[in-house]
Amino acid sequence: MNYKKISLALMGVSLLSMPLMSAAQELTGILKKIKEKNTIVIGNRESSIPFSYLDAHQKPVGYSIDLCLKIVDAIKTEIKAPNLKVEFNSVTSQTRIPLVKTGAIDLECGSTTNNVERQKLASFSVNTFIASTKLLVKKASGIKGLEDLKGKTIVLPQGTTNERVIRRLNEEKKLGMKFINAADMAQSFLNLETGRADAFSTDDVLLAGLAANAKNSADYAVVGNPLSYEPYSIMFAKDDAPLKKVVDHTLVSLMKSGEVKTIYKKWFLSPIPPKNINLNLPVSPALEKQFNAPTDKGSE
Amino acid sequence: MFDLSFLVTETGIGDGSRYIDWLKQGLLWTLSVSFMSACIASSLGIFVGVVRTLPNAPLLRLLSRMYVELFRNIPLLLQLFLWFYVLPEVLPVRWGDWLKKDLNTLLSSTSLLAEFIFSSLALGCYSAARVAEQIRAGIQATAAGQIHAAKSLGLSQFQCYRFILIPQALRMVWPILTSELLSLFKNSSLAMTIGLLELTGQTRQISDYTFRTFEIFLISTLIYIAISFVITGGMRHFERRMQKL
Repeated sequence: MNYKKISLALMGVSLLSMPLMSAAQELTGILKKIKEKNTIVIGNRESSIPFSYLDAHQKPVGYSIDLCLKIVDAIKTEIKAPNLKVEFNSVTSQTRIPLVKTGAIDLECGSTTNNVERQKLASFSVNTFIASTKLLVKKASGIKGLEDLKGKTIVLPQGTTNERVIRRLNEEKKLGMKFINAADMAQSFLNLETGRADAFSTDDVLLAGLAANAKNSADYAVVGNPLSYEPYSIMFAKDDAPLKKVVDHTLVSLMKSGEVKTIYKKWFLSPIPPKNINLNLPVSPALEKQFNAPTDKGSE
Repeated sequence: MFDLSFLVTETGIGDGSRYIDWLKQGLLWTLSVSFMSACIASSLGIFVGVVRTLPNAPLLRLLSRMYVELFRNIPLLLQLFLWFYVLPEVLPVRWGDWLKKDLNTLLSSTSLLAEFIFSSLALGCYSAARVAEQIRAGIQATAAGQIHAAKSLGLSQFQCYRFILIPQALRMVWPILTSELLSLFKNSSLAMTIGLLELTGQTRQISDYTFRTFEIFLISTLIYIAISFVITGGMRHFERRMQKL
């Protein structure tokens, strides 16, 4: 009697668990974790305008966030989790890679350069934007390019690829520049604004955003030849083919259908929160090429 | 996993420096800022602490109390920011410009003199407020009878503090001063926020460059622990010597 009860119970358990098991076998890696927790964690930036930043209500918004929310929708369908919760977790230039590696965030949606070195540590989606390294200066300073910065002071946000590009150029061209290391974009801009630094270098689009939001935005100019090209991507855990497939598939179809241009227009060619400033940055030729033939190739 | 060979590879910015050189530079700044601010904290702290207990000087007592409340109640991170970014803006333009531009070119073209001075000042003044309260507690814990005895022996107020009160107060609060010195040493890592790449700053920089986050943070953790042990050991040595006196 007892034996019968137990075997019946066992049979019941195994029958019940069968559909669950088959579902679990289909999902692996991050997608499985998302399904189990019914939560997806998006890593957002706080001041990477217009990609990923906090609006007046401290809510993460931006071009990358919009793209990521499209990816979230695709993941919902993929893992059959219509009530998937979306959580945001602020990241900085320094914390984003460790947080992706430890699994604290599932998708990093900011303004992260996709380069070969980083590809050893994390996976990157097809490129969503192409930026270039330039300089932000005060118009009154008369600085037109890197050569004018001989012996001058430049502020660089720590942990960015631009930092390395500039430091290397400084040695190559023997410019003897002095560097200020700033914790983030806002602090870098403060250094330029208060006259501590003569120039501030990072990606052109971020510079345009900071200048547009400044108190006296007419006093600033983005100058210089592109010192390097920086393809931006959504970053996530390495070696997770199913996740990469969903992410890339979503982005490529947005690019092919032209929907990405609507999202682009919303953030780069229209007034954006918090101050209703228009960045007025049309799609660059490099980005146009990327939209027509999407690739996830990183910079060297 | 813990392959540390990356430490001796070149950083790739073209000046031939290796990551271990960055780490050494960072360590040097950490020690310099800690030493400088410990000097400020102990001298200013003892001075303010003594003033807080002075009889017959209500105005000085009030001023020293205001100092303590001001520097103790504002977060250290904010104080650093105020010293470094706000002070040059409220000073006359020429002085501000000198602080922002010329100060750093005094020694060499790439020095971080301004960052060093202001982080030492901020950390020193903050810790001084805390030391002052500890010294005050020590002085007030000394039996009142000793002051009367010193006075009846004909000691001046200065002599009374110099030979009777301060030595006893120091001996009494020495263990607390040890923890204060330890937290000052660790607080020196905040200097990173105004761009002084001390040990923690360089650790993050190296982590950004090499992505060997766990390895490099483990190394600097061990360095911090080792130095803390040296500080604790040194302070205990003095503690024992004072007890023998």
